[in-house]
Amino acid sequence: MPVRLWRKPLDAEKVKLPKAEIHILKNQCKGCGFCIQFCPKKVLEESEEINARGVHPPKVVDESKCIICSFCTSVCPDFAIFIVEKPCKEGC
Amino acid sequence: METVMAHPFAKYLREAMMPHIWCSGCGNGIILNCFVQAVDELQMDLNKLVVVSGIGCIGRAAGYVNTNSFHTTHGRPIAFATGIKLANPELEVVIISGDGDLFAIGGNHFIHAARRNIGIKVICANNFNYGMTGGQQGPTTPVEALTTTTPYGNIEHPFNLVHLAAASGATYVARWTTLHVRRLTQSIKKLLQKEGFGFIEVVSPCPEIFGRYNKMRTGLEMMEWFRKVSAIENFSDPAKAEITPERIVVGEFVDIAKISYEKLIHEKIAEINEKKMQW
Amino acid sequence: MNQKRVILEGSHFMNGDIACAEGAIAAGCRFFAGYPITPATEIAEHLAQRMLEVGGIYVQMEDEIASMAAVIGASYAGLKAMTATSGPGFSLMQENIGLAVMTEAPCVIVDVMRGGPSTGQPTLPGQQDVMQAKWGSHGDYEIIALAPSSVQEMFNLTIEAFNLSETYRVPAIVLADEVVGHMWEKVAIPPAQKIKIVNRKKANAPSEAYAPFMPDDDLVPPMACFGEGYSFHATGLTHDEHGYPQTSSSEVQQKLVKRLCDKIRKNADKIVRVEEVLLSDADIVVVAYGIVARAALSAVRKARAEGIKAGLLRPITLWPFPENHVAKIAQQTKAIVVPEMNCGQLVREVERAAKETPVTFLSKLGEEPHTPMEIFEAIRRNS
Repeated sequence: MPVRLWRKPLDAEKVKLPKAEIHILKNQCKGCGFCIQFCPKKVLEESEEINARGVHPPKVVDESKCIICSFCTSVCPDFAIFIVEKPCKEGC
Repeated sequence: METVMAHPFAKYLREAMMPHIWCSGCGNGIILNCFVQAVDELQMDLNKLVVVSGIGCIGRAAGYVNTNSFHTTHGRPIAFATGIKLANPELEVVIISGDGDLFAIGGNHFIHAARRNIGIKVICANNFNYGMTGGQQGPTTPVEALTTTTPYGNIEHPFNLVHLAAASGATYVARWTTLHVRRLTQSIKKLLQKEGFGFIEVVSPCPEIFGRYNKMRTGLEMMEWFRKVSAIENFSDPAKAEITPERIVVGEFVDIAKISYEKLIHEKIAEINEKKMQW
Repeated sequence: MNQKRVILEGSHFMNGDIACAEGAIAAGCRFFAGYPITPATEIAEHLAQRMLEVGGIYVQMEDEIASMAAVIGASYAGLKAMTATSGPGFSLMQENIGLAVMTEAPCVIVDVMRGGPSTGQPTLPGQQDVMQAKWGSHGDYEIIALAPSSVQEMFNLTIEAFNLSETYRVPAIVLADEVVGHMWEKVAIPPAQKIKIVNRKKANAPSEAYAPFMPDDDLVPPMACFGEGYSFHATGLTHDEHGYPQTSSSEVQQKLVKRLCDKIRKNADKIVRVEEVLLSDADIVVVAYGIVARAALSAVRKARAEGIKAGLLRPITLWPFPENHVAKIAQQTKAIVVPEMNCGQLVREVERAAKETPVTFLSKLGEEPHTPMEIFEAIRRNS
């Protein structure tokens, strides 16, 4: 789409984008890779480390890209990942 | 990132029973996850919730939910749940069980519970085979699929579970895959608020057993298959809701209002006793 | 609700099946799930009317497997629950009877025995399910089974079955036969307050501390039901005191299965009931139960009239088997006669308990139970 047709909300400057805090319970991970594969923003990737179950849990590549859709939380069969919104102070 | 924070749904799980027994890439954990999320969003009274399951991998789900739970004999969770619901209609009775448990050995109970419209809610994990016993052919195994008991390809026709449920009289019928986590969660919420018999089929990956024999060795491959071929067709004809390698029709198929069996029987009891008083 | 209209009292003329149904209502049973089968159908028919009158639930399930499962569910939801059937249906119930044993669900199963095996002779009597009642489900367990001999006993023993089942958290079986089920006799029903009713021990621990399968000293755990504020898990898998599956611990298996057996075995003295007639000086004793015991009683009286010192020992509880009673009588008497409407079931238990004392078995199959003369002849031959 040509750039001239983009529309910017009038209050875009005022709205603060929520920031994510990604929690990975590494030792609960069974390494299925669903959270990595289906993250719409590709926030996660497989880590090098080996957890208590002998698999590579995910690691965060760039937390700032997370839009808190929490798809990873829901699609994790092992309750090993969840997102909380960072408490937002002025100017966060 | 190191964390000490507990998972927001941890309180719905029995810590002593974790970790669950399910393989890496299995969809059962996703179904459990979506179920507790629905329970959380509805702020359900856990004291009034009873989770019942039969035998099979997903049969263990009942024990994992931190509420009243009962793990019955193979195929019998619906019959068992019927007794609970009639004895105490205030309880919300949910069955989480598998396709083999509910539709092979337990098929008769399913159609009759739906016919009676008893107010129990059934969530079925359909993984196309008997996982716990090592991958035998079942009532949902696709034609030509390889299993340990169909080494030359399956020659039986699978049930279309949503069609069966709709034809038997269920008031709510839906099918999702474990990739449709949001829709599944919302659908479970709807199911839990329905009066009468409701049913959700969840097509779920079984990479270690079913996938192994059918060229989908990881959960990711099976989930990618769901992503590629799923088509959401809400309120389409469930008779045409196919599951083939090329197409998986998902969505809500039935959502109707019908008075439940337990309401009717208690109405009858009230009516009879009113008459008696007039003698 | 006008209770007087609802709970029967006084003298009534009824058949055994109806007496059983009324006994269930008097015992506080408020849930019945069943499936039609001759010769037990009248129990379901009667309860289809009566259960709703007393505010209870009657549900006709799709088969006996479902009936038994629903009964366990209702029991766990807090109601006293029952089902009634005959041989073929009893066979179908066996797996879930095992579930009731394993999860310690109080419940009552009525088996009005007909002629088997298989479909056999649906309208004719039999005593062929005696061993099935004890050993029908897989695995090791103990169970309670009562054998009524009269219509009055169909009423009384159904109440007794509920009381025992609630006390020990074990399925209790009323093992009737077609004759007792279909026979019409007078039944005297005492006022409700004079009928002894036992209810299960309720859980009273704080919910956090509640372990659903932690037994008291009597080996029976107090029971919480769904919706009472205790969140607990129950399973047919081998489980620990918390109800959690322990499928690979031999220690837990030993402990659990042994307790399930011991709670009946160690309380057998309190459970076992027999009727003893003219035993003190008897040279020959007939051991008979159910309808056959009535012919046996006639035979014993006739023998006495002819100078033979005969007596009758009638086991009312077939399971646990009254082996101490039989062992004791075997030491005093010269011979034992066991008439049964089968090819030899309870006689095996009698032989085991009687040790050296000779035991004669008198089999009868088909249309009618033993006549008093047939049993008398056996007494005379063996005295």
